[in-house]
Amino acid sequence: MNTRTRVLIAVTGVLTLAAAAVIYVGVAGARNQDTASAGTSGAVTLDGPRLLFRSTADADRGHVSSVAAADPGGARAVSNLSCSRVYAAGGTGICLRPESGLTTYQLAVLDGRLTVTQEIPLVGLPNRARVSADGRRLAWTVFVTGDSYNGGRFSTRAGTLDLTTDNVEGTLEDFAVTVDGKPYKAADFNFWGVTFTRDPDRFYATMSTGSHRYLVEGDAKARTARTVRDNVECPSLSPDETRIAYKSAIDGDPAKGWRVSVLDLASGTVTPLAETRSVDDQPAWLDDHTVGYALPRTQGHSDVWAVPADGTGAPRLLIPEAESPAALRS
Amino acid sequence: MYLSTIGRREHPGGVSKKSFALLGGNVFALGTVSLVTDVSSEMVTAVLPVYLVLGLHLGPAAYGVVDGLYTGATALLRLVGGYVADRVRRRKAVAGLGYAMSAVAKLGLVAVGSSAAAIGVVLTADRTGKGLRTAPRDALITLSAPEHMLGRAFGVHRAMDSVGAFLGPLVAVAVLAFVGSSTGIEGFDAVFVTSFCIAAAGVLLLALFVRDHRAPKPPSGTVSLRAAAGLLRGTGVRRLLIAACVLGMATIGDGFVYLLLQDKEDIATGWFPLLAVGTNLGYLVLAAPLGALADRIGRLPVMLAGYGALIAVYLLLLSPLTGWALFALTLGLYGVFYAATDGVLMALAGPLLPEALRTTGIAIVQSGQALAYFASSVLFGLSWQFWGATTAIAIAAGTVLAAVAATFVLLAPRRKARP
Repeated sequence: MNTRTRVLIAVTGVLTLAAAAVIYVGVAGARNQDTASAGTSGAVTLDGPRLLFRSTADADRGHVSSVAAADPGGARAVSNLSCSRVYAAGGTGICLRPESGLTTYQLAVLDGRLTVTQEIPLVGLPNRARVSADGRRLAWTVFVTGDSYNGGRFSTRAGTLDLTTDNVEGTLEDFAVTVDGKPYKAADFNFWGVTFTRDPDRFYATMSTGSHRYLVEGDAKARTARTVRDNVECPSLSPDETRIAYKSAIDGDPAKGWRVSVLDLASGTVTPLAETRSVDDQPAWLDDHTVGYALPRTQGHSDVWAVPADGTGAPRLLIPEAESPAALRS
Repeated sequence: MYLSTIGRREHPGGVSKKSFALLGGNVFALGTVSLVTDVSSEMVTAVLPVYLVLGLHLGPAAYGVVDGLYTGATALLRLVGGYVADRVRRRKAVAGLGYAMSAVAKLGLVAVGSSAAAIGVVLTADRTGKGLRTAPRDALITLSAPEHMLGRAFGVHRAMDSVGAFLGPLVAVAVLAFVGSSTGIEGFDAVFVTSFCIAAAGVLLLALFVRDHRAPKPPSGTVSLRAAAGLLRGTGVRRLLIAACVLGMATIGDGFVYLLLQDKEDIATGWFPLLAVGTNLGYLVLAAPLGALADRIGRLPVMLAGYGALIAVYLLLLSPLTGWALFALTLGLYGVFYAATDGVLMALAGPLLPEALRTTGIAIVQSGQALAYFASSVLFGLSWQFWGATTAIAIAAGTVLAAVAATFVLLAPRRKARP
């Protein structure tokens, strides 16, 4: 092959590949344009009884949507607000979303009509979001390294916002921690997956240190956290505050996946739920007897499933093309 | 001290010092392939954490699983690839296989969807491709440039390589901006598909323009496992390998340096990838001139000076300095460190290795250094945890100093006679 032929092949090949990339990017852009303009302003409010979620349907991916609690497979209301994660309770919503491009993220506080009332910059990639039952406190989790995948390890930060005082607690890592009743200090604390109690100062969360992933009970006012149990991640407190739904790594090894269970706080009894697939989500209580969670289906698509909280029955598909479920009570 | 003559190759032929033009076209061809490939791989590196967390909603521990899967797994494969390349005398083919594997892995990211385990497998394939291609590529560089110009050759190659690394994240951000969706699957898929197209172009350029260097078939037995093991019996190679390991042990990993910077300044995470961009900027500007300097004044002093820059980086992290001055100085010196060490070590290694076993030898040196680097990162992580950042960095700085002294002792040429 002479040089001329080689150059000809190279130019043709590179131009073909470039054209393929440009066409793909163009089509993706056009598709996203349609998605971004989906939804109707005012279509979704935080009044119950409804189920709020983030849509994963192609037509309106990312848009905050809702369905009637009594008919979750029925008509969906789609708002024009896009979030990466969403949750709501007590008339307040939390929306974690990118600010612009790849650079920064923010937490948007939503009122009952999904109007953004406050924006707080987040240092890190947002992951979990919760609101207390009375709507006065918000919690979130971010990954703070943002590092390339081949260096360093992940680390998380969980923060809370008190809407009554506007006080932001950027990270729980400075709290006084006791492990099994003894004061404990470590540089590798990671907190994630906060869930509030009815007393808005008290919360549960995951705290990891070393190879342990503890359930901790925290007090935001006293700035303390104490361990309750090991191998509990992403806790979620039941509406009657007697039980915690959570995920735990199978055999304590995250590589094997996660199982959802319910812990009875008074007796310490653990009930594995009927869901046997791996659930990597913070469960949400749909009512005192039902736990909901998202399961990814194919890339970019998830469904919300529900399973009885007492270990009986079988999981059922609750809302197709949805994730980040939250039960709006009234 | 005869420091300035150490590692220097005397060439009374009177070659112009700036004669980059004399480098073989093959070096530029290999450099172009690396540039294109690095655009592709750095695009993915830049968006991957966001993809895993925001695109797929992977939780903290799943992210950790993906992150840790491939680590150290590809070192053995690099040795196998190096040996096979020497054995069948097809360095270009083995390098091409590595490039192709990484290219296909980009499409794999689109195909496997949201399973953390499957993504881990795809990333491992990507890293395996990188492991396979590095040693044959570097061996081809040493065989494509005259020996007294190896510093320049590697300098040019590494500079082109880092231009790619520099452009990659920018291309990724541009694609995301065009799609208009920075967290939607459409945007990520567009980045991965674009990354594949660019990587495929790299493979095409390699196939068309890189010439394999196939010397006459060496006598039988020259390339055998025994001969490969025999490489380590030669004092020169053994000393170089030990030095590479010692220096690898003294390097704590980019991730940590950037984390420590972030710790000091609490910058927004979104800016985090830009720290690597800053380092790469220094690297790409300085790699070629420092390579040429190494050819002139000796490769060892330039490499040791590079580790001096690393000590300065660690000391800056300990210093009370803050703000933009800290960032500019730290990232600049970190770029100097890479420019003065990465390619220069290969330029030092090339001439010590017999041509028939050069890929194997380069693979051994690179694997030794990579394993040492992995060990030091783990140890640094532990010492950070137990003793705090300040003590850990101080220890790291001390380790580099000791490693520089050890390397000097190991690699300084023995004087034949006292004057």
